[in-house]
Amino acid sequence: MIDKFIATAEQALADVADGATVMIGGFGNAGMPAQLIDALIAQGAKGLTVVNNNAGNADAGLAALIGAKRVKKILCSFPRQSDSWHFDKAFRAGEIELELVPQGTLAERIRAAGAGIGAFYTPTAFGTRLAEGKETRRIGDRDYVLEYPIHADYALVKADRADRWGNLTYRMTARNFGPIMACAARITVAQVRETVQLGELDPENVVTPGIFVHRVVRIAPLRKAA
Amino acid sequence: MKKLDRKQIAARVARDIPDGAYVNLGIGLPTLVADYLPKDREIVLHSENGVLGIGPRPAPGAEDEDEDLINAGKEPVTMLKGGSFFHHADSFAMIRGRHLDYCVLGAFQVSVQGDLANWHTGGADAIPAVGGAMDLAVGAKNVLVMMEHLTKDGKSKIVERCSYPLTGARCVNRIYTDLAVIDVKADGLHVVEAVDGLSFEELQRLTGVPLKRLASAA
Repeated sequence: MIDKFIATAEQALADVADGATVMIGGFGNAGMPAQLIDALIAQGAKGLTVVNNNAGNADAGLAALIGAKRVKKILCSFPRQSDSWHFDKAFRAGEIELELVPQGTLAERIRAAGAGIGAFYTPTAFGTRLAEGKETRRIGDRDYVLEYPIHADYALVKADRADRWGNLTYRMTARNFGPIMACAARITVAQVRETVQLGELDPENVVTPGIFVHRVVRIAPLRKAA
Repeated sequence: MKKLDRKQIAARVARDIPDGAYVNLGIGLPTLVADYLPKDREIVLHSENGVLGIGPRPAPGAEDEDEDLINAGKEPVTMLKGGSFFHHADSFAMIRGRHLDYCVLGAFQVSVQGDLANWHTGGADAIPAVGGAMDLAVGAKNVLVMMEHLTKDGKSKIVERCSYPLTGARCVNRIYTDLAVIDVKADGLHVVEAVDGLSFEELQRLTGVPLKRLASAA
């Protein structure tokens, strides 16, 4: 029998080792698996390489992971924000390495990893500082930059509903990087709002098929104060 | 001469977006364009974080404000009927795959060849952030830039060569400023229009790099 449900976030992340590469879904706070990140902080793994679009906002989630000095390197497209003070401080102190990747190239490198693609040519960033030192090629009448996939040990994603096979649906723009990160990691852990019986998810509407998902933790949403 | 304010530049850009267009508005100033799109045109707004069919901003604290429904600037938005959600790789397939008709971006500088600099001041201490700007610059069918014509100390932001790091090379199609609308073509910069009371000669003097008068519409 297949049962990917795990009782707690702590159990789901118990085996993350020091130095692991961890993809974290979300775009700002939408789709950020906050409780999984909290559990990762509590678990204590350090020297992590993190892949996320941003580098944390305010004091929670990824920002807290960086604030706790667990991240040695981050791959992202947009670290600098008005409330990215934990990253800013660590970066200026030389405590965190930054690989800045254009957002579409970041997404495609993640997608390529999950899809078994060895590398790809993209027109993005040709002729810019972010393509310096990279292999380029003219194909037809355009210039392209060679980019490589980003593989991960873990992907932490936030989805909406899941069944015990790990099939996932998402909610609005909280989908963002979730489906592609789920494909790119050796172990994908999803935190979901609701778990359902097999058959309750319409197969037409499954966004991430369970083959890409290994562990599912239900995190009840916080109730808004009345 | 009467310079346009930011809202007027946004309204001027909006006038050029045709019915049926798929459009990405960059974060910051370009987001204003949404407020001025003509109501009689059906225009589909795209955002990098996986949404087509963005509607008006919800009223602050309104019931339709939802933390899972945001734009690339991470501001709450609403959805129009017919809208859709998709993951990030699909979102950038739309951008890079030349499916978007227009994108509107802010800029630090644009060169006479249409090079765009808008992501990094190049300062040694600056923390760089690029987001989707480089993908939009190479991917949209029409790249529109909106910016002030001059820097705070009066230098033209339209330059022979960008001194700031490039976002994309030869990618800008049209520039909207508080002084003029200028097309970037293979043979140089063509002035489409200038604000009331600004002569071509004065615009040329302020801009520094060579401008051409628009060939007559005929």
